Amino acid sequence: MTELGWFTIASTIVAGLAIAIASIGPGLAMGRVISQALDSLARQPESEASITRMLFIGLAMIESLAIYVLVIVLVILFRNPLLANLLHK
Amino acid sequence: MSAAQVPFAIPTVFRIGPFAITETVVVTWGIMVLLVAFAALARVSSIHAKKGVLATLEQLYEAVEANIRAVIPERGGAAVLPFIATLWVFIAISNLSGVIPGLRSPTSDLSTTAALALLVFLYTHWFAVRYYGWRRYLRHYIDPSPLLTPFQIISEFSRSLTLAIRLYGNMMSLQLAAAIVIVLAGLLVPVPLLMLHVLEAVIQAYIFGMLALVYVAGSVASQDVHDRQKAGSL
Repeated sequence: MTELGWFTIASTIVAGLAIAIASIGPGLAMGRVISQALDSLARQPESEASITRMLFIGLAMIESLAIYVLVIVLVILFRNPLLANLLHK
Repeated sequence: MSAAQVPFAIPTVFRIGPFAITETVVVTWGIMVLLVAFAALARVSSIHAKKGVLATLEQLYEAVEANIRAVIPERGGAAVLPFIATLWVFIAISNLSGVIPGLRSPTSDLSTTAALALLVFLYTHWFAVRYYGWRRYLRHYIDPSPLLTPFQIISEFSRSLTLAIRLYGNMMSLQLAAAIVIVLAGLLVPVPLLMLHVLEAVIQAYIFGMLALVYVAGSVASQDVHDRQKAGSL
């Protein structure tokens, strides 16, 4: 197989694996966050506003971890800077 | 691979000298004109007479104000309101513009989100300096201990970076997912995804503004605690 073929296969596998692995941590974390938020809401329904606010901010923080990986995966798939080395050899 | 297939390539509409005016810039101008025109029109009394418009605007303003006051009470809240509210409105409209066929939401371009994050970064420091003066602003960096100063400085930059990447990543991936589903399934199947787009657009705008607010409040809140400790009430 040509070098370009190997490069394509490697990029695809790495991209798929990266986003799959990167979804695990944030998924678990978000589950914990939401369950804790619901727990606190059940205990103290009167503090709903601040709990919801902190919940959204926390979810955004956690979600951004997966989004960093998504951006890297898209760079690998569409704009890989290393591809230039291969093509202009 | 053609330019249309690459999610990062933003088509250039025209050029002014060395500057390429991309689709992002044109759509941003459009949104700016729309918002400014609407704001100007809303001040005209004939539109005030239409109760619906006025009631909607008032509710929007009250919701924004309540949110801001919950984070920064008293005079600080009133001072940050124009900036945060503008961020909210502009980002929400920008995000939602991606739902309109043929338009690309400006926030799915890293340049736009980076510019917004830069604004928030500058505003946070400017606000802290304006309200508390240079001495207390600088004291904020050595607050618990001078050992933590490098981390304080790193966090100032990293949170601005994450602010930009978060909005960009969310909006770009939504747009990309919608484009892929349209290619795969054609007419009606992407509709649920577009509904998700609307929801996500509003949530992301809320989160961006809220994080900006929390960052601004962060520089103020620790100062307030400091003041109260000094006054002996804590």
